[in-house]
Amino acid sequence: MSVKIVSLVSVGAHPTSGRARRAEQDARAVELGLQLVGDNLQVLHAGKAEEPALRAYLGMGLARLHVLEQPAGSDALPALAEYLRDAAAQIVLAGTQAETGEGSGMLPFLLGEQLGWPVVVGLAAVESIDGGVAHVLQALPRGQRRRLKVRLPMLATVDNAAPTPRQSAYGPAQRGELQAHEVDIFDDPLLAESALQPAKPRPKRLKVIKAKSGADRMKAATAKASGGTGQVLKGVSAREGAQAVMKLLIEEGVIR
Amino acid sequence: MLSVILPTLLFASLALAAFGALRRIALWRRGRPAQVDVLGGLLAMPKRYAVDLHHVVARDKYIANTHVATAGGFVLAALLAIVVHGFGLHNRVLGFALLAATALMFTGAVFVYKRRLNPPARLSKGPWMRLPKSLLAFSGSFFLATLPVAGVLPEHFGGWAMAAILGVGVLWGVSELFLGMAWGGPMKHAFAGALHLAWHRRAERFGGGRSTGLKPLDLTDSRTPLGVEKPKDFTWNQLLGFDACVQCGRCEAMCPAFAAGQPLNPKKLIQDMVIGLAGGNDARFAGSPYPGKPLGEHSGNPHQPIVNGLVDADTLWSCTTCRACVEECPMMIEHVDAIVDMRRFLTLEKGATPNKGAEVLDNLIATDNPGGFAPGGRMNWAADLNLKVMADVQQAEVLFWVGDGAFDMRNQRTLRAFVKVLKAAGVDFAVLGLEERDSGDVARRLGDEATFQGLARRNIQALAQYRFTRIVTCDPHSFHVLKNEYAAFGGQYEVRHHSTFIAELIQGGRLNLGQHTGGSVTYHDPCYLGRYNGEYEAPREVLRALGIEVREMQRSGFRSRCCGGGGGAPITDVPGKQRIPDMRMEDIRQTEAELVAVGCPQCTAMLEGVVEPRPAIKDIAELVADALIEAPLRANSVASSKREAAQVNP
Repeated sequence: MSVKIVSLVSVGAHPTSGRARRAEQDARAVELGLQLVGDNLQVLHAGKAEEPALRAYLGMGLARLHVLEQPAGSDALPALAEYLRDAAAQIVLAGTQAETGEGSGMLPFLLGEQLGWPVVVGLAAVESIDGGVAHVLQALPRGQRRRLKVRLPMLATVDNAAPTPRQSAYGPAQRGELQAHEVDIFDDPLLAESALQPAKPRPKRLKVIKAKSGADRMKAATAKASGGTGQVLKGVSAREGAQAVMKLLIEEGVIR
Repeated sequence: MLSVILPTLLFASLALAAFGALRRIALWRRGRPAQVDVLGGLLAMPKRYAVDLHHVVARDKYIANTHVATAGGFVLAALLAIVVHGFGLHNRVLGFALLAATALMFTGAVFVYKRRLNPPARLSKGPWMRLPKSLLAFSGSFFLATLPVAGVLPEHFGGWAMAAILGVGVLWGVSELFLGMAWGGPMKHAFAGALHLAWHRRAERFGGGRSTGLKPLDLTDSRTPLGVEKPKDFTWNQLLGFDACVQCGRCEAMCPAFAAGQPLNPKKLIQDMVIGLAGGNDARFAGSPYPGKPLGEHSGNPHQPIVNGLVDADTLWSCTTCRACVEECPMMIEHVDAIVDMRRFLTLEKGATPNKGAEVLDNLIATDNPGGFAPGGRMNWAADLNLKVMADVQQAEVLFWVGDGAFDMRNQRTLRAFVKVLKAAGVDFAVLGLEERDSGDVARRLGDEATFQGLARRNIQALAQYRFTRIVTCDPHSFHVLKNEYAAFGGQYEVRHHSTFIAELIQGGRLNLGQHTGGSVTYHDPCYLGRYNGEYEAPREVLRALGIEVREMQRSGFRSRCCGGGGGAPITDVPGKQRIPDMRMEDIRQTEAELVAVGCPQCTAMLEGVVEPRPAIKDIAELVADALIEAPLRANSVASSKREAAQVNP
């Protein structure tokens, strides 16, 4: 495949120690790119070039990693959008959500919006690319896959359904080059005004296991979520739809 | 007639041998440079051969005596034959001396022949089956040819026929023993072995010394290859060492991975390295193949990558680094060094550590422990023990190195037992607490020298802040690394394994011990305590102090079989026909002991992983803690002082 693929990477944080590392999902984006185009993959980061954790990506066998040099706390979006527009990239791969910073998971969507590209979430595999159209597999819950036909250029995010990243090796990590590019710097007003605080895990609905037999438990564990009392609203007016949503919210106790 | 044939054959073969030797030396010199004491080594060689090597060979009395007779007879016979028959110095005394030497060699060769009648599986066949006959031909021919010199038989006895037979015999003998020595025959072991002993990469091992720590890789010099990719990436004296192998297969007989049916045979590995250094394929290897890997499918040369050409990666990852092969090797070849060198390349350059290897290394980098646990939880096991932390007290007599067992619930029982013992003995000790990190043992043995050095440097930095007289640890792996491998990075400490330390406490009368009551006991020697550090006695001493008579396993002490837990083997987890801990448990069962005493968290985990019913597994610290009698005198004084305080308070 001779398409140009760019993988976006960020600096991750280990879940228990918080130490900087290669971000798990971004590493999968690099892995997928390497599997598709090998050495022709371009890897891009917006941030500080002297961050040692970036070398972990180089350790996957990259000769160089392009860095759009920015101080901490600046907005990566304009720089990335401008660079990608000029880079003639056909596919841009990114992790679903960053492990540091805002970590809102919004970047791929905002980037797609700015570039005017389609965004595919949960990319599991690229089956073929021909004539400017890619056939890709999108990961859905419980191991399901959806085949999509997407016109290039496109932006895709990967999650745990994408291939496991290869080991980062010390030798190539030391030899690889962090190539810094000068870009215009944009402040991130949100990050400047508000303080970051650790996220608390969302409360989870208790899962009551009603199964009496092993077969029932197996079924409960493997069966497709049936959605229970949910209903599919198709071809209804906006008012009817809004009423249905309102009804559900009241039932669930979200609105009192 | 013979007076013409013999000198011709002798000098021609010697000249060809010299040429072959130079060629062989050129092969070794393809390796990387190494620092050796060239002259000193050569001078020390005879003693190393006669004492250190013989010490290992003598574990098998039969072959030791055989070898002394054969090799001693051969060296004497060869020298005298050159003088007598080569230079034609037909002196009667020399003649009789040569007769005696050849007779001695002949006797030895007869025993070599007998050993080869029904050879054990570990011995290589092929050209090695020819060797006793060649030895007999050499010694027999020279004996007969020397009889006239000694005046026993008249000159020209037997006429042309005799001369022809002797000529053929001598030709056969010198071809095997002189030419074969330099041109890759079985006798190569004598030539390469002698030089290997002279220029061994661990000269400290001779004269009763011990050198077991892995050699550091220079990560600051970008020209140094990160480990060994091709045979030429070994140092030249490593290549020489491989060439010294005599294919006796003692390593094969002791290797736990080979016995478990994993694709490793240390003898074959060394022979593969020889193929790598000389070029060729393994079809003519005449010993046991790697289990599950047929011969003839692998080949290599000095400039071709070793892995997936000459040797498959799973062969290298099967090794538990138990060092049983190195301990057994009469040629003192360093198998483990070679394996780790090749693993280094796979991990540092290829990023190809199999199975959980990559995950463990990532965890070590990100959390300083192989399990990826939150580093802040390192002291949770001792939450209620009020341990002194070095950062608070700055100095203590003993620094208790906890190790990564701190995160393992089974090992926490051992740690708590040991703390109980330390407190009962009134030892002034403290821990590093959250400043402690993984010692780097497993990273290093998985080939990740960079992560090891990072961990080592930070540990040394943490240790340098405090004053203590010695480090005590319950983990033989940490013990080995702290004691033998940190010195290269500037960390020199007096380190004790907890069994040694407890033995000292008992000797000093600081522990009030009762008797063990839990039935019969056997003891499993951890590799990293025993073979790596020579500590076999202290654990047994402690057990004796508890009134235990250890039911020794057949394979104990320096021949202890590995539990399968070393060298990252449980992480890389190469499949075999059976599991190493199951085999070890079988050894334990044969003693009919109800309990096996261990001194290593890895051994505990591996042996407890064997399905029940099986003997119970307890660490020495637990056994001692169970038998502790709390000093009644001190307990009283504490209680009475408390009571007084209560009376004062209204």
